[in-house]
Amino acid sequence: MTLDITDLKVTIGGKEILRGVDLSLQEGRVHGLAGESGSGKTMTGLAVLGLLPHGSRTTGSIALGERELLTLPPKELNRVRGGEVAMVFQDPATSLHPMLTIGKQLTEHMRHHLGLDKREARRRAVELLGKVRIPGAEEAYGRFPHQFSGGMRQRIAIAIALACSPKVLIADEPTTALDVTVQAGVLRLLRGLCDELGLAVLLVTHDLGVMSAVADEVSVMKDGLVVETGPRGQVLREPAHPYTRSLLDSLPDAEPSPEPAPGPRSEDS
Amino acid sequence: MPATDDTPRAPRRRGAHPLARFLIRRILLALLLAWGITLVTFVLTNLVPGDPVAANLGQRALGDPAIVAQWRSQHGLDKPLWEQYLLHLQGVVHGDLGTSQQSHRPVSQDLAEFVPATLELAGAAILVSLVLGVAFGVIAALRRDRLADHALRVLSLIGISVPTFWLALVAFYVFFYRLQITPGSGRVDAALGSAPAVTGLQTVDALLAGRGDIFGSAVGHLITPALVLALYTIGLLTRFTRSAVLEVLGQDYVRAARAKGLPGRTILFRYVLRSALVPIITVAGLAFGSLLSGTVLVEAIFAWPGVGQYAYKSATTLDLPAVMGVGLVVGVVYLVINLIVDVLYGVIDPRVRLQ
Repeated sequence: MTLDITDLKVTIGGKEILRGVDLSLQEGRVHGLAGESGSGKTMTGLAVLGLLPHGSRTTGSIALGERELLTLPPKELNRVRGGEVAMVFQDPATSLHPMLTIGKQLTEHMRHHLGLDKREARRRAVELLGKVRIPGAEEAYGRFPHQFSGGMRQRIAIAIALACSPKVLIADEPTTALDVTVQAGVLRLLRGLCDELGLAVLLVTHDLGVMSAVADEVSVMKDGLVVETGPRGQVLREPAHPYTRSLLDSLPDAEPSPEPAPGPRSEDS
Repeated sequence: MPATDDTPRAPRRRGAHPLARFLIRRILLALLLAWGITLVTFVLTNLVPGDPVAANLGQRALGDPAIVAQWRSQHGLDKPLWEQYLLHLQGVVHGDLGTSQQSHRPVSQDLAEFVPATLELAGAAILVSLVLGVAFGVIAALRRDRLADHALRVLSLIGISVPTFWLALVAFYVFFYRLQITPGSGRVDAALGSAPAVTGLQTVDALLAGRGDIFGSAVGHLITPALVLALYTIGLLTRFTRSAVLEVLGQDYVRAARAKGLPGRTILFRYVLRSALVPIITVAGLAFGSLLSGTVLVEAIFAWPGVGQYAYKSATTLDLPAVMGVGLVVGVVYLVINLIVDVLYGVIDPRVRLQ
């Protein structure tokens, strides 16, 4: 299923945050969304799920297949959330509830959206934990978030996002809060799941290294507008917009090489 | 927080269930504190200026050294202080708190009569303030800056700032004397007799005996003093619950729960209230301590035969065994409240019990 964002405008308290964003996600493709902080990347992701802060106004269109998400009644929007469009947040230390077991957080929305019974939900949860490569999935099911390292927590957050087999995954800076050594593992996992499950992924990041490692398409945002969009190779090697060029020039090695995060991307996918 | 490794952390120790270990540790600590309470009540009671002999014997008897000496030795006051304390401690361990110099009955027997009345009053007030305080706080937070929030803010401010004794007098005057919708003083209508004492709590005993009429009368008598006593805690809990819930509502994991498409009710009860309960419980534990001291005034105005009145009478007559007995009971009640608070932390938050 595709997700098409057209002319998305968001104002919060009279301030224009997004000024007409156009983006298109295809299944099985990772769409990278880059830009400096405050450029509106995260807001774009939140707008898709209707999670913008109170008092924000949204116009334009966010179409999931044939359905328009912006005008969906709350009840149906709640079915889309977690069920068809899922989200992974920036910091797994704060995005998991510290007082609920991993198992509870993995199964509650499965049971709600898919109507599974306890046993079936548990079986699926353990399977998911294995899929995101959590060692000892059976034992991990009954543990609490603080008993896992940051990288593990983000894998668990990804498992939670994937629990109801969504079609679209929005990953908001999923590696920013992680140590460099575990970033690559999480990115590789995201890429692999995208290929395997045919997910449409929106990867929000300010890290062009991350971008060059896994994204198929790249969009660059500045001041609430998408200033450039296109295939990864084209945008990162021959940037058309001066802002993209300055972003690339600001990298330490001044070269958009995939060095910082080695993500072996299979070319046949 | 950056992660440094990608392996799960193993639990530090194996063996007993973590919650059980947590409980045992807390109870041992509570016992140690209970011993401390006996020491402190004893020392404080003996430090108080004032001569119990002068307070208890008449003018003529005071003039006779033989009578004074006999009275002192009868109450063990002629022994060195440390020996008095050891005897007192020995008695406490065996449930013997000495004999009241005023009622000439064992202090433990006096307390057994008065403590349940206070527990019933304070317990009802605690129950009411927890239910109403938390409910009001949640409503205020969810309706932030709307009419309900402003109204509850004014209400809680009134609850916090109005002195208990004034409120008790006004409530007594308005509801009993003017409107005559509540019964007057005491715990139950004397005409109804009383249910056989099992727990000492009139309401519970009446239910156990199947006496609906006594139960109704007991609840009627309980409701005004309990509400008066609870008003301060209701106000306090409303304010703390409001800010605790607002803080949790802004947490990442609440947004994450919304992103999962969970129903609003699930998010409120499972995600928001669970976290908000930690600061709420802390404040509630402290507030209930001050609620106990409020019982002295409320009991006096509603003629509630509780430990507050007993404490007042004992203190003014320098009835040392009775004062120590009351001190011990109040100390132990504080201890139990704190123990409950500690255990609740452990039950609610796995990070506390798995430490």
